[in-house]
Amino acid sequence: MSNTVDARGLSCPQPVLLTMERIQKIKKGEIAILVDTDTSKENVSRAATSQGWKVKGIKSEGTGYRIMIAKK
Amino acid sequence: MLRKFFASRWGIIGTGAFIGVFAPLLQKWGNPGNMGICVACFERDIAGALGLHRADVVQYMRPEIIGFVLGAFIAAYLFKEFRSRAGSAPIVRFVLGAFAMIGALVFLGCPWRAMLRLAGGDGNAVFGILGLVGGIWVGTWFLKGDYNLGRSQETHTAVGWVLPIIMLGFLALILLFPQVEGQDKSGVLFYSIKGPGSLHAPLFIALGVGLAVGILAQRSRFCTMGAFRDLILFRQTHLFLGIVALVVVAFITNLILKQFHPGFINQPIAHTMSLWNFGGMVLAGLAFALAGGCPGRQLFLAGEGDGDAAVFVLGMIVGAGFAHNFGLASSPQGVGPHGIAAVIIGLVVCLLIGFTMRKKIA
Repeated sequence: MSNTVDARGLSCPQPVLLTMERIQKIKKGEIAILVDTDTSKENVSRAATSQGWKVKGIKSEGTGYRIMIAKK
Repeated sequence: MLRKFFASRWGIIGTGAFIGVFAPLLQKWGNPGNMGICVACFERDIAGALGLHRADVVQYMRPEIIGFVLGAFIAAYLFKEFRSRAGSAPIVRFVLGAFAMIGALVFLGCPWRAMLRLAGGDGNAVFGILGLVGGIWVGTWFLKGDYNLGRSQETHTAVGWVLPIIMLGFLALILLFPQVEGQDKSGVLFYSIKGPGSLHAPLFIALGVGLAVGILAQRSRFCTMGAFRDLILFRQTHLFLGIVALVVVAFITNLILKQFHPGFINQPIAHTMSLWNFGGMVLAGLAFALAGGCPGRQLFLAGEGDGDAAVFVLGMIVGAGFAHNFGLASSPQGVGPHGIAAVIIGLVVCLLIGFTMRKKIA
């Protein structure tokens, strides 16, 4: 799926940078972000919220998380 | 509930405030001036205790560092966050750790100590903090230009235990070979009988504070480099609130303890060569930014299973050996004989790393 950002295994602040890049590219819609640490999960959620996006859900996936964010 | 609190604004402020109270208290209880906690200086003292350098004034197995790693390890297990991972260009992280240490020892302090020096009235710290911000700013420029060290991989649980076990080994060494009054060696460990290495809070108090800081900082993701980086890169103030809390609370605590002495001259373990206070921290700040965390954060990451952060820590300890063996570290008299050359070489190396390790991640 094109709107998935795979940020697993990346150091800070790469997961947030990649999320922000995608947010700026698509402006609105849905994005799934894959991360592998709790720190990245918190940072990505915080960054998305600060850009006016909503965290729709966070699911465990493998040993990490899939974060769904959306903006109408 | 507790998890949410630590991820909140109050979690990070609380961690900064805790350090702001206990660092000046550790100084009161025996640690060196404006050095209640300094990750770089204390790792350097550990390098000295092990004999990796033989600067006889900076040799002590600092229990705070051991506590930081083990505290983060305990917190990561308690909150089910321990995850062994490694393999994101470890050799580069080692080199970044070594040069980060060399830069920090030209200034004479890590970012935590830069804040504590400021909160103790040492005006020279301002140049160090400006340098730190400058170095991080250069780092954000690389980050925006697709610099990254590649992905780490999930690995055997025991890989993440390596640095915590090394720290347990260090703890065993202090217990087996405690300091003998007036002696510079006990068993395999070196001790200082004068200078900052001879000044330390009682072992179990230092270890206890270290453990508490390790737990809090692992939970709240406290990072002094990230504080400036996120502010520059995203205009985000979350981590920044942590260091503001640290400076404000440490300042108040120093006032109460009568440890606030404003000025530039004769500040404890500091020199007045402003350009090199600045330059040393440009190097350190850039190295931290390229490695993704300040020295404290690297210890906490290593405690929660990040093998690459552990390599950065070992790079710092080895870098301290080079810094003192090669005359790169500063002293209250000023920069070491080869300190300036080392800062320039370090900057060239960091710039090469930043320019050559770029790849678009889809």
